[in-house]
Amino acid sequence: MAFVSPHITAYAVEATEFPDLARRYRVNGVPKTVVDEEIEILGALPESAFVEQALAGFANGKTGGSTDAAAAE
Amino acid sequence: MPLLSSSDQERLRESFAGMTRSVRLRFFTQALDCETCVQTRQILDELPPLSDKIAIEEVNLVLDGDTAKAHGIDRVPAIAIAYEENGGVTDTRIRFLGAPAGYEFISLVQAVLLAGGRAPQLSEASLARIAAIDRPVTMQVFTTPT
Repeated sequence: MAFVSPHITAYAVEATEFPDLARRYRVNGVPKTVVDEEIEILGALPESAFVEQALAGFANGKTGGSTDAAAAE
Repeated sequence: MPLLSSSDQERLRESFAGMTRSVRLRFFTQALDCETCVQTRQILDELPPLSDKIAIEEVNLVLDGDTAKAHGIDRVPAIAIAYEENGGVTDTRIRFLGAPAGYEFISLVQAVLLAGGRAPQLSEASLARIAAIDRPVTMQVFTTPT
């Protein structure tokens, strides 16, 4: 998603190396995705569901593979 | 001693052979207080011997804080992936925080291939949804080494 959109930046964060971040974002399981510190997605979802949930509330306004691969693309 | 087996090296060499763009792995590090910076550098050092289109640029977080800040990076080890195109360098805005060991190494390889010219594998519907984004979005995907 970062690769195809100039507006998206994606970080793959190794949770055990950065316990402060893991605590701040309440990472109790992985993969856990946090979008703009607001939207939280726990677990890997099918691509279409992941994109929809990650971008819920952005632009066009609908609510709404591997998780880090989809985020990167 | 290489971290990758010779068969893994061979497989990666074949994957990287299809790259049409040169990729730069910007490695953010610091000398002190970074338990996994050396390990991260060792992992990254496995890649350039497998493709002349992969290069590593080391950036010191302390000495070159401006570059780190421009990449949105404030901790180490971190990797930012960029590629060369039309005489310039384009940032993919794909970042890795922490050592890309275990499954994350596969994610790193996938990101290198993407930066190197492989077509994104997202569906048309996803691409359309993403194209509608018109303001900055930051995504953090937390993982653990497996």
